[in-house]
Amino acid sequence: MTLLLNILVDGVAYGMILFMISVGLSVTMGLMRVVNLAHGGFALLGGTFAHWFAADLGLPFWPAAVLGVAATVALSLPLERVIYRRIYGFTDLQQVLATIGLTFLMIASVNLWQGSSLLSIPLPESLKASVDLGFRTLPVHRLVVIVAGAAVVLGLWALLERTRFGMRLRAAVDNRGTASAHGINTDLIFMLAFGLGAGLAALGGVLGAEILPIDAYYPLRYMVLFLIVVAVGGMGSIAGSFAAAIGLGLLETAARYLVPDFATIAFFALVILLLALRPNGLMGRVA
Amino acid sequence: MKSWLPPLALLALAVVLYFALPYNLAFLTRILIMAVLVLSLDLVLGYAGIATLGQAAFYGAGAYAAGLFAIHAWADPLAGLVVAGVAGAALAFISGLVVLRTHGLTLIMLTIAVASICHEIANKARDVTGGADGLRGIRMEPVLGLFEFDFVGQTGFWYALAVLAAVFTFLTLLTRAPFGLSLRGIHESPERMAAIGTSVYWRRVAAYTIGGAIAGIAGALSAQVTQLVSLESFSFTLSAEALIMLILGGTGRLYGAVLGTLIFMWVHHWAAANDPFNWLFVIGALVLAVVFFLPRGIIAVPTALKRLGGRNAGS
Repeated sequence: MTLLLNILVDGVAYGMILFMISVGLSVTMGLMRVVNLAHGGFALLGGTFAHWFAADLGLPFWPAAVLGVAATVALSLPLERVIYRRIYGFTDLQQVLATIGLTFLMIASVNLWQGSSLLSIPLPESLKASVDLGFRTLPVHRLVVIVAGAAVVLGLWALLERTRFGMRLRAAVDNRGTASAHGINTDLIFMLAFGLGAGLAALGGVLGAEILPIDAYYPLRYMVLFLIVVAVGGMGSIAGSFAAAIGLGLLETAARYLVPDFATIAFFALVILLLALRPNGLMGRVA
Repeated sequence: MKSWLPPLALLALAVVLYFALPYNLAFLTRILIMAVLVLSLDLVLGYAGIATLGQAAFYGAGAYAAGLFAIHAWADPLAGLVVAGVAGAALAFISGLVVLRTHGLTLIMLTIAVASICHEIANKARDVTGGADGLRGIRMEPVLGLFEFDFVGQTGFWYALAVLAAVFTFLTLLTRAPFGLSLRGIHESPERMAAIGTSVYWRRVAAYTIGGAIAGIAGALSAQVTQLVSLESFSFTLSAEALIMLILGGTGRLYGAVLGTLIFMWVHHWAAANDPFNWLFVIGALVLAVVFFLPRGIIAVPTALKRLGGRNAGS
């Protein structure tokens, strides 16, 4: 029973991180049809900026985290305008290549700036403390991750379902041509959605640094993981991404607890099996 | 016969380089081996149109198969090539049955996942593969019983060049045969090929399997020549670099694959020698430049220049 609860708590925390990082990827892929392998790079940039603000400039954790996310968004918007806008029209393969190139550039830049060592983001005492849940003690950090993840889910839902921006975004995802014929500025919508995705990835990178440690090669190491979440969830489906992230988080955590030696293999094997049965993902639309 | 000119020119270039750079034979051999890998990718991607980022899975499978075969069974190089080819083909066939049922992003992702599983297995099965330390102690017998692998790497160079030439010839014949033409048709319009009664799925599986065999042979070459197999053989970076080399040279033309390998490896070598910490920056910039300015690869440069007419456009 304790084991089950452990898996549940750790798995959900892990899944929330996966969701935060991957949801932007899912939205941009559903929206712009871009296979953006560089998406994990935004999580890296968020983590690197936060590390710089916290460790080098000596800011406390929360301001550093917020500034890290803001800096990543500030960088992603011109990047969308200058580079990504040209990538949209490419074939799958060219998109893959261009975004791999971008990933390499991001890794090399971080490497040049901060070196290739682990970029820690020092946690404040309040986050390092533990709370007693009855069956185990849990670092406050995990709880914050879970709460932040839940807040992101609710915030995204409200944004997409309850605001004018969300309405326009959904329209643009469904049919870009018709949307812009109705006077929606799809270019602007795309840029904002891209910045939102990059910001969420940065947030996930910063908050998840304890679970997925940040270093220059971060985007390459975890790229498959983020892509898996999107593929399993179904492109462009936020609910799908959430279900996939939590499910995969639980699955991998369970595998780590139960069959530690074969965790990665079991994880990938199950994912391949799932995708062989449901190539469009859990909630993907048939293309 | 005109179509044989580019490959013959490349062959001549290889011989010239052998005599011009006698102290860089290891690097030149590395280029030849990568060219075999990129050729296998050209068949899978350039001809059959299967976008994959997991070609390293078959390269690694071949490398480990050849290494283990040489250590435990028989150290004959050519037998090792056959074993590695079979290992690569078997893995490609089995994984292809699943992977090729999907499309687009899911397919790309699954190919990465297959390579990741192989990487993990090789990492975990430390007793067999040496884990992160790599597979050591490969001692090869002379090629054909005549040519001993020497310290300078002369035998390795000619051996790799011979295998590259054989693979190139095989692929040239294959892509001109009805099978190769049907692959081209599938690439351009799977619906039409299905409508005229071609089994698109099985043709793709076949192309994927042959590509896997050739990638396995490339891996075997690397294992035999360097006498070491490391986990790097399964790495994503290797798959990505092979893809970059192919696109750089231009897909759908075999000599484009070889040319792309040559240029990429040279840039890689130069960048790594000048600034070992940031060669990745140069590679990233190179990739972006190719995708944005030369989407059809280097082999399209002459036509592109012709089309630009009087305007003076560099590459």
